[in-house]
Amino acid sequence: MEKTPAVTDTQSFCFHCGDTIRGERIEHEGKNFCCSGCKTVYEILQQNNLCTYYSIQQSPGNTPSSIEISRFAFLDDPTVQQQLLDFSDGKISRVTLSLPTVHCSSCIWLLEQLYKLDTGIIESRVEYLKKKVSVKFHSEKTSLKNIVILLSSIGYEPELQLDAAERKMDSDITRSLYYKIGIAGFCFGNAMLFSFPEYLGYDATEEFLRSIFSYLNLLLGIPVFFYCSQDYFTSAYGGLKRKIINIDVPIALGITLLFSRSVYEIISKTGPGFIDSLCGLLFFLLLGRLFQSKTYDRLNFDRNYTSYFPLSVTTKKNGVETTVPIASLKRGNRIVIRHGEIIPADAMLLQGNAAIDYSFVTGESTPVEKVLGEMIFAGGKQAGGVIELEVMKEVSQSYLTQLWNNFNHSSRENGQLSELSNTVSKYFTVVVLFISFGVLAYWLPKDVTTAINAFTGILIVACPCALAISIPFTLGTTLRIFGKNDLYLKNTGVIELMTRIDAVVFDKTGTITHAKRSSIEFIGTELTQQEQDAVYSLVSNSVHPLSMLIAEHLSAGHVTVDNFSETVSKGISGTIGGKEYRVGSKDFAGVIFSPGSGAMNESRSYISISGEVRGYFSIKNLYRDGLSEVMQTLGRKKTLAVVSGDNESERPRLQSLFPLGTDLQFNQTPSEKLDYVRTLQSSGKRVMMVGDGLNDAGALMQSNLGFAVSENIAQFSPSSDAILHGAQFDKLPEFIRFAISSMRIVIASFVLAFMYNVVGIYFALQGTLTPVMAAVLMPTSSITIVIFTTLTTRLLAKRRGLL
Amino acid sequence: MAVIAVLIGCSFIIAVGFLIAFIWSVRSGQYEDKYTPSVRILFDDKKNNQ
Repeated sequence: MEKTPAVTDTQSFCFHCGDTIRGERIEHEGKNFCCSGCKTVYEILQQNNLCTYYSIQQSPGNTPSSIEISRFAFLDDPTVQQQLLDFSDGKISRVTLSLPTVHCSSCIWLLEQLYKLDTGIIESRVEYLKKKVSVKFHSEKTSLKNIVILLSSIGYEPELQLDAAERKMDSDITRSLYYKIGIAGFCFGNAMLFSFPEYLGYDATEEFLRSIFSYLNLLLGIPVFFYCSQDYFTSAYGGLKRKIINIDVPIALGITLLFSRSVYEIISKTGPGFIDSLCGLLFFLLLGRLFQSKTYDRLNFDRNYTSYFPLSVTTKKNGVETTVPIASLKRGNRIVIRHGEIIPADAMLLQGNAAIDYSFVTGESTPVEKVLGEMIFAGGKQAGGVIELEVMKEVSQSYLTQLWNNFNHSSRENGQLSELSNTVSKYFTVVVLFISFGVLAYWLPKDVTTAINAFTGILIVACPCALAISIPFTLGTTLRIFGKNDLYLKNTGVIELMTRIDAVVFDKTGTITHAKRSSIEFIGTELTQQEQDAVYSLVSNSVHPLSMLIAEHLSAGHVTVDNFSETVSKGISGTIGGKEYRVGSKDFAGVIFSPGSGAMNESRSYISISGEVRGYFSIKNLYRDGLSEVMQTLGRKKTLAVVSGDNESERPRLQSLFPLGTDLQFNQTPSEKLDYVRTLQSSGKRVMMVGDGLNDAGALMQSNLGFAVSENIAQFSPSSDAILHGAQFDKLPEFIRFAISSMRIVIASFVLAFMYNVVGIYFALQGTLTPVMAAVLMPTSSITIVIFTTLTTRLLAKRRGLL
Repeated sequence: MAVIAVLIGCSFIIAVGFLIAFIWSVRSGQYEDKYTPSVRILFDDKKNNQ
């Protein structure tokens, strides 16, 4: 996450953002900048005495994107403000903005000094892990729009989202969990203390002390029973309503009996009760819950197109530009899209040079050029000048967004309670109930008191506390180990899903190929060293992705370029040593005849020197390292398939990489991908989908387990169950194997927990389970399980090289 | 031995005090962001401009 550029040569790195300087170098006060944006930020900070920013971390900045102030005009709209502001009383307002580019301690420092840049801002606080800043400001002196513009101008453009209804929910849940743990822990400690005298024995003269301690214990039991146990009752009830005996059913039963028997014993003065065991039980259960609830705040697993599309778009009517929210975009509207903006609806190109980067949609990052009158699908990002389009379909009806309309979210079960524990607890509960009623029937004719004691005793001691915490602690540890290896899971339930997969479907571009790295070769008349130097110097001046790739490929010597010019989405030209060099598209370089048109997944950059075409750089996607081994390993036990939106040109290569019999589907639309997954599922398979772009989003949601592959974890990825860093792709089989061994550890700890239960039930059967026994047995079993599961899981991870 | 009852009462009240302090700390958001304050404390010229 931290950006640590190797700043050995300060000449070639930007002082502000640390990027390699390409193209024109901008010098200012003896410091080098890669673009005027970076220099502007430096100047703003310098004027306001904020240069400490650069001393906390080296080159901490983000390159600001060129901002068009008009783009944010919609922020002056009161209804938009109402949705975005946390609070406003007309004078003072507070807003929480999500800033994806926050990455180091310098960012925290600068963002908390915002009041120096805008006097209307009272205070700003950063939440680093969530990448959020909360800004309090005077509504009269500044506005939401000004703050967003200010942040964007210093390189922290906020990610604005209107559908943020759920953003408060999360913290409320964790807060209440903390309260519950605090109270349960407090009661546990005190109840143990108050129970001590009872276990040591009283004199006859100390009867009044006995009742004080008993009633104090009862007092402690009340909040634990009524407040801390709430979740278990609601979950058990919810399970029973759906006719499932989940693990919370026996827990809720145990808790109820523990409490009611304690109340009876204390009030009737027949015994000390089990309040200390009750508190301890809840304390351990809730700790397990906290351990399991580890979430990756900075990641968002539930994004749909709305979190990726802009909030507003510029429309043009009779020559007047206005900004409107994308939801109110109608068919026939004329929209203006500038460099770096995303096209929000399927539209027809009316004017300008369109070079559309569909990397978020397909994973393919090389821009696609479009001609006038051509249909452009929503989701593409314009890379080039200003274009004008006519909206053909409303946003919600577009090719891509339809995926979400047809999809029913609730069809996916995403509970934390696992299938395994449900199966186990079903049999467990039945057996325990059977034993307890048997014992009741056995003792009832002989001795009513013993009968009740034995009956309740069994249900108390069989309360599957150890059972219930073995899953959170094992899977919680596994989740953290995966996190260390750049595999981020949505929740612990995903681990169990991983073990049950029997078919894996892959997307091609960006998933099994590198999104960023490409293989480059020059095809044509060999260039001399001198010519290579010239081409290198020429392309170094351009920030076009292809130019950057070629520059990296050549990395030759630097010579002076005269008359440099760049024609957007066409190519670049310049004069070097008296010769005119042109690098770019076919027409630009002047190619008349080309042998064999390029394959779909290949980009070509033609070179001409003094009007003579010398050949082209062929840039192809590169398959990920170790792809073949990954597929051979996975293919041994699972059905594999590839669904790609590209054409068939790669079929022979993929056939050699994948095991025999892998289904390879090409020319697949997003909804065909979804249908492919659905067909596999209807044939009884549990499908794992591995994809990266918005076009896989439907298939990812439909699959039993969706893995999103991403080169940059903090950036966009479609909604999924897990986000995997591209560099760790080769570890995929290892991850699945580790998930399987984690589930084995869970089963082993179940056995361990059962043994404690058997001991407890042995005493309870005879009606001789004393409170002191329960007080020793229950915490001991819980602690044993915690130690056993975390240690074995970590040990195994170490042996597998995952830790 | 009645003094024990008094001592228990005192200790209980103190313990409740700590419980309240804990609840206050959760309520004031100290458990929401466990990382940023550790960085913030290291900045030198922190002046509050109210």
